[in-house]
Amino acid sequence: MTKLQNTQAGRGTEKKERLEVRLSGFGGQGIVLAGNILGRSAALYEGKNAVFTQSYGPEARGGACSADVVISEGMIYYPKVARPDILVLMSEEAKNTYARRLEPETTVIIDRHLVKTDGLEGRCSRLFSVPATRIAEELGRKMVANIVMLGFLAAVTGIVRRDSLQDAVLASVPQGTEELNTKAFEKGYQYGQEGEGGQAG
Amino acid sequence: MSKSRDVLTGEHFLNGDEASAEGAIAAGCRFFAGYPITPATEIAERMAKRLPAVSGVYIQMEDEIASMAAVLGASWGGTKSMTATSGPGFSLMMENIGLGMMMETPCVVVNIMRGGPSTGLPTLVGQGDVMQARWGSHGDYGVIALTPSSPQEAFDMTIEAFGLSEKYRLPVIVLSDELIGHMYERVVIPEKKFLPRIRRRKPRKAPGEHLPFQGGEDLVPPMACAGEGYRLHVTGLTHDEMGYPVITASAQERLVRRLCDKIRRHAGDIIRIEEEATEDAEVIVVAYGCASRTARESVHMARREGMRAGLLRLLTVWPFPDGRIRELAARGVKGFVVPEVNYGQIAGEVERCAAGRDVLMVGLMGGAVHTPDLILEAIKEMV
Repeated sequence: MTKLQNTQAGRGTEKKERLEVRLSGFGGQGIVLAGNILGRSAALYEGKNAVFTQSYGPEARGGACSADVVISEGMIYYPKVARPDILVLMSEEAKNTYARRLEPETTVIIDRHLVKTDGLEGRCSRLFSVPATRIAEELGRKMVANIVMLGFLAAVTGIVRRDSLQDAVLASVPQGTEELNTKAFEKGYQYGQEGEGGQAG
Repeated sequence: MSKSRDVLTGEHFLNGDEASAEGAIAAGCRFFAGYPITPATEIAERMAKRLPAVSGVYIQMEDEIASMAAVLGASWGGTKSMTATSGPGFSLMMENIGLGMMMETPCVVVNIMRGGPSTGLPTLVGQGDVMQARWGSHGDYGVIALTPSSPQEAFDMTIEAFGLSEKYRLPVIVLSDELIGHMYERVVIPEKKFLPRIRRRKPRKAPGEHLPFQGGEDLVPPMACAGEGYRLHVTGLTHDEMGYPVITASAQERLVRRLCDKIRRHAGDIIRIEEEATEDAEVIVVAYGCASRTARESVHMARREGMRAGLLRLLTVWPFPDGRIRELAARGVKGFVVPEVNYGQIAGEVERCAAGRDVLMVGLMGGAVHTPDLILEAIKEMV
């Protein structure tokens, strides 16, 4: 006798309730950690479903790298990002790799001093620009540019709540860096909320 | 050293590898011997960090042959034991997996499949070790292989694998893949009291009367371990019920038939499948592991377009659910679509049971998983 389990789950995973986010940059910028934090915030702090995958290669630093997050109220079966609704670019190489094909309805966010707007304008629905790395440098650690970017992302897209993303940041960063990371997150969030960096920056 | 909790009750955001490690610890595994290999390294890392904190032992061995040997030794020492690897390491383990089958040694082997053959695609997905899991070591023996399709299932199925390994006394394989091993999702770890208690069945007869390799009614001998007062002789040679080598056709007939039959006879207890929308389906998609996630999406798309498609997901690839495929074939489905990241390893099994119904293999050679459209096209072709 074979055990049967008939699942009722997820009869409809319409594209509209599925949100695909791709974070990209070069290895060492904390792109993968940012993706992990974003997925964690949706899955553990908002009760949504979230899948985080990464392009996984032999490189440790440098090279274009990406972190893909799918967030949905419904079930997520196909776990990969096919057409990102939100694309974050933190390096020129990432732009050349991941923005080559761009959907007109995609929201693009760039790190202002690392990515030029050339080739992006007019090809996406919204284009935001935030000096994430510059803000992080002003805070004393370039390393937290990824967290600044997450704060900005939360403010301008609203894909996850501010408090859930902030909780996920605190749960993920090394002990002793909580204050710095909280500041970085706040700065990024404020920058987005104040309408800075909006629409083709 | 402070003692950590063995069961991390709560909600976590884990990848499949980490979830497998936590499942093992929750199942009571306290010994891991391995040789780290992409994409299974995160299992070794997690075990290296976690095991010492729960009074367990982690050993990084010189290679996979030795790893598997150490895992068998630990099991005979009375400890639940495990290793984790990927294709190249799985190949090296085959010799001692066979030894484990012959010595009827409970343990768990996790294989996070990547693209092969040989060193192939270290960082990218594959499902090409399905037949190796079944027939990889020489000779005849029964096999159990579980195929998780999410980190949650990686946790659950690793626990289940330990349960099955003790129940049927054999190395049980968790046959996962790079996509599932490296993807992060929510994993809910229940309270310890809700987890199955996995215990080794001990002999009831006194030392001197107990025959260490005599199968009972269920063909599985109870297991005395080293240091428990029983005399033990364990060997890879064909042996009698005492465990001593007997190189004859009749001893071989008795022993090897039992090694096969103890799994065959309990296939109904072991096999787990999941079906969705198969009741009225004309086309059944048969899938497992990474490919089954996409397959479900494709079946939903097909339904939305009015096609009668259903999904049969294999939670165990071995033993294979011959009976259910035969039933569906007899009921008159048009055919089966079998997407897998290999060149048709399970498609061949489906064909064997499909009684002449069409079987459409959708094979990828590795490096990427199917897109939903690719499987949808195959369904359309068959409808």
